[in-house]
Amino acid sequence: METMIESPLARLSEEQIEELGREFAAIHDEVFAELGERDRKYIVSMIEMHRRLVVLGRILLFASRHRPAWLAGTTALSLAKILENMEIGHNVMHGQWDWMNDPQINSSTWDWDSASTAEAWKHSHNYVHHTYTNIRGKDRDLGYEIMRIDPHQKWHPVYLAQPFYNLILAALFEWGVATHDLDFEAIKRGEKSSEQVRRELKGMGRKARQQIVKDYLAFPAVSAAIAGGVTWLFDRSRARDVARETFTRTVKADATANVVRNVWAYAIIFCGHFPDQTYTFAEDEVADESRGGFYVRQLLGAANIEGSPLFHVVSGNLGYQVEHHLYPDMPSTRYAEIAPRVKDICKRYGLPYNSGPFLKQLGGVQRTILRLAFPGGKPRPKPGPYTGEAEATA
Amino acid sequence: MAERGATPQVPALQRRALRALRALFTPLLPDDYLELINPLWSTQELRGRIERIQPETEDAATIVIKPGWEWPGHAPGQYLRIGIVVDGIHHWRAYSLTSDPGRPDGCIAITPKHVEEGKVSPFLLRQARPGAIVRLGGVEGGFVLPDPLPERLLFVSAGSGITPVMSMLRSLDRTGRLRDVVHLHSARTEDAAIFGAQLRELDARSPGYRLHLRLTGSAGRLTPDHLDELCPDWARREAFVCGPAEMLDAMTARWERDGDCDRLHMERFQPSGVVGDGERGEGGTIRFTDSGVEASSDGSQPILAAGEDAGATLPYGCRMGICHTCVGRLCSGQVRDLRTGKVSGSPGEMVRTCVNAPEGAVEIAL
Repeated sequence: METMIESPLARLSEEQIEELGREFAAIHDEVFAELGERDRKYIVSMIEMHRRLVVLGRILLFASRHRPAWLAGTTALSLAKILENMEIGHNVMHGQWDWMNDPQINSSTWDWDSASTAEAWKHSHNYVHHTYTNIRGKDRDLGYEIMRIDPHQKWHPVYLAQPFYNLILAALFEWGVATHDLDFEAIKRGEKSSEQVRRELKGMGRKARQQIVKDYLAFPAVSAAIAGGVTWLFDRSRARDVARETFTRTVKADATANVVRNVWAYAIIFCGHFPDQTYTFAEDEVADESRGGFYVRQLLGAANIEGSPLFHVVSGNLGYQVEHHLYPDMPSTRYAEIAPRVKDICKRYGLPYNSGPFLKQLGGVQRTILRLAFPGGKPRPKPGPYTGEAEATA
Repeated sequence: MAERGATPQVPALQRRALRALRALFTPLLPDDYLELINPLWSTQELRGRIERIQPETEDAATIVIKPGWEWPGHAPGQYLRIGIVVDGIHHWRAYSLTSDPGRPDGCIAITPKHVEEGKVSPFLLRQARPGAIVRLGGVEGGFVLPDPLPERLLFVSAGSGITPVMSMLRSLDRTGRLRDVVHLHSARTEDAAIFGAQLRELDARSPGYRLHLRLTGSAGRLTPDHLDELCPDWARREAFVCGPAEMLDAMTARWERDGDCDRLHMERFQPSGVVGDGERGEGGTIRFTDSGVEASSDGSQPILAAGEDAGATLPYGCRMGICHTCVGRLCSGQVRDLRTGKVSGSPGEMVRTCVNAPEGAVEIAL
C-alpha cells in the first residue's frame, strides 16, 4: 500500500530522533519521581465521587415514575458511568495508578462497568493499540476493522453503509468494543487456540450477563419493589401498577444512561486518532523504529481536544490524547501539566502538535466517515509544525 | 498484584448476604460502597484504626490498633505485616506484635523504633495520628512459646528485640503462667529502654519473673560469658533470644558449645539477604512465559531475584514467603523451597517466587 503523504518523521535525522527520545523520556522520569499524595487524593476522590453519584442516581430512580426524579436520576447515573469508564476505568487499567501499590486501585485487579472484560480490553487496547498506534494493518483501532477512516484503506461496497452503522456503533459503543476485543480476524487466521477463544467467549458472556442483569433486571426490580411497597402502605389497589410502571421507567433510565455514556465515549475516542490532522503509517515506514521514533509516531497519530478542566475530567483526560499516547502509564492528572513541555519539544523539532476544539474535531471525523464511505479520497491537509499558542487556537 | 490485607473473619450469614447483593453492584462489590461510610467494614481485607500512640522512648512508640473485625488471634512472639500509605504509596512492613492475644479491648499493638532512612517508621512515629486507617496483613513467625509450656524459661533480648518478648511476657502474666522466668535485657541507657518501666514493674510484683536490665552504654555489652553468672542454670532452660545479629551469632556459638541447640529459639530481625536455611539444590533455568525473559539460578537464588537480575519486572511484596504477592503459576518443572529444602511442583501449582529456587528447568506464567 502506497503512502499518500509524507510524515514529518522523514524530515528528522537519526540523531535528532534520538535526542528527542531522550527529552520525552526525561519528562516521564521527572513526573514519576514526584508522584505522591496529591495524585492519590485525586483518584481516590474521583472514585468516591463516582460511587456517590451511583448511589444518588439509583435512589432517585426509586421515584422514576415522576419525571423530574427520572431526569435527575438518569443524569446522575450517566455522569457516574462516564466517570467510571473514562477517568477511572480506562486510566486505572492502563496502570496509571499502579505506582501507588494499592491492592484495589490497580490495573491487575480492576474491572469496569462496561461490556468488555478487563483482560480482553487490556490486550486489545493497552498492548495492540498503544504499541502499534496508527500503523495501517497493525492497529486494529484504526476504523475498528469495520470502518474506512483512512483513504489508504481499500474501498469495499460494504463501506457505503458506514454512515449508518457509525450511528449504531455510537449508541452501542461498549458492545462494539467488547466484540472488537475478541478479534475475529485473529480467530479466523487461527492465531488463537480454541481453548483461548472458549475462555474469552465465556468471560465475555459472563460479563454481559452480569451487566444486563444489573441494569435491566436487578435495579428495576429493586426500584419497583420500593415504589410499589411505599404505595401499598397508602393505597393497596394501586401498588401493582406503580411497581410495574417504576420497573419500566427504571429500565429506560438505565438504558438511557448507558447510551449517553456510549455516545460520549465514542465521540471522545473517535476524536483521538481520526481528526484531519493525524497521520497514519505504513509498516515499512516504522520498521526498526527507535524509542524516539515511537514518540514521534504517537505525537503524529494522536490529536487533542481543547476544553475546560471540567471537560477534561469527564473525558478521562483523553482530550490530552497526545500526552496520553506519549505516556499511557502516566496518571491522567499530569497531562495538563506536561502539555507545555510537549509543545515546546514540538516547536523546537518542527513537529505538529495536533489539537482543536471538540466540535471541530468531531465534525472533521464525521465528514471523513461520510466521504470515505465512497471510493477514493485523499488525506486531509496537515497543520505543519507547531509554532506557538496563538496559531494553534486560531 | 499489590499486596493486600488478610481476609477478615466475617460471620457466614453476613458474607452470604453480601454475596447475594453482588448482582446489584457488579463489577464492584457491596464492600466498595460500604467503605465510603467506614473503611473498616471491608470484608475483602482486614483493616485497623490507630487508637492511640504512646511514646515509649525518644525514638520508639507503641501504636495501638483496633482491627475492623474480630482479631483472629496470634501466638505471642509472632509478627504482623502492616500496610500504610506514605505520600500516596502503600508500604508494607513486618513488626512484632507487642500486645498479647487476649487483650480485653480487642486491640493489638506494635512498637516500632525509628529507623533514620526508613519510610514507614518515621511516618508512624512522627506523622501518624489516632484515627488513621492501616491495612493488616498476615500474622507469621515461629518465634513462639512451645506448648506445653516448659517449666523454666530464659529470655535474652537487646534493644528493640524486646518487642516479641514483651508479647510473651504479657501473655504469661495475664494467664498466670509467669512461674520461673529469667530475663536478661540490654538497652543503651535507662531512657532508651523500651518498656523499661513496665519490665521493672513486672519484676517488682511477680515472684516468678527475675529481670536483669543491663545498660550497655555504661556497663558494656552482654556477652555469652555473662550467662553463667547471671543465670547459672541457663543450659537447662528453654531460651528465647532476640536482638542484633552479632548477639544472636555469639549466643548460638555458646549454645553449640555448652548447651542444647534444640532449646534455643531465636528471632532475626534483619533478614540476612539469604533466603531460608533449607537444603540447597543445583538450581536451574527459569523461563517467564508472559514476558519471555529467561533467567537462571545457582540453587540459592530465588526465582524472583534471578528474574529481576535478568531484567524481568515481577510482582513482589515481603520477599520472605509471607504475603503471596509474588506468586506465579508453574507451567512445568520443579521448585525447591529455600526455607525447608523441600522439592515440589506440579503444573498449575501457584509458586511463591521469592522463596523458591528452580530445581532444573522451570517455566512460570509471569
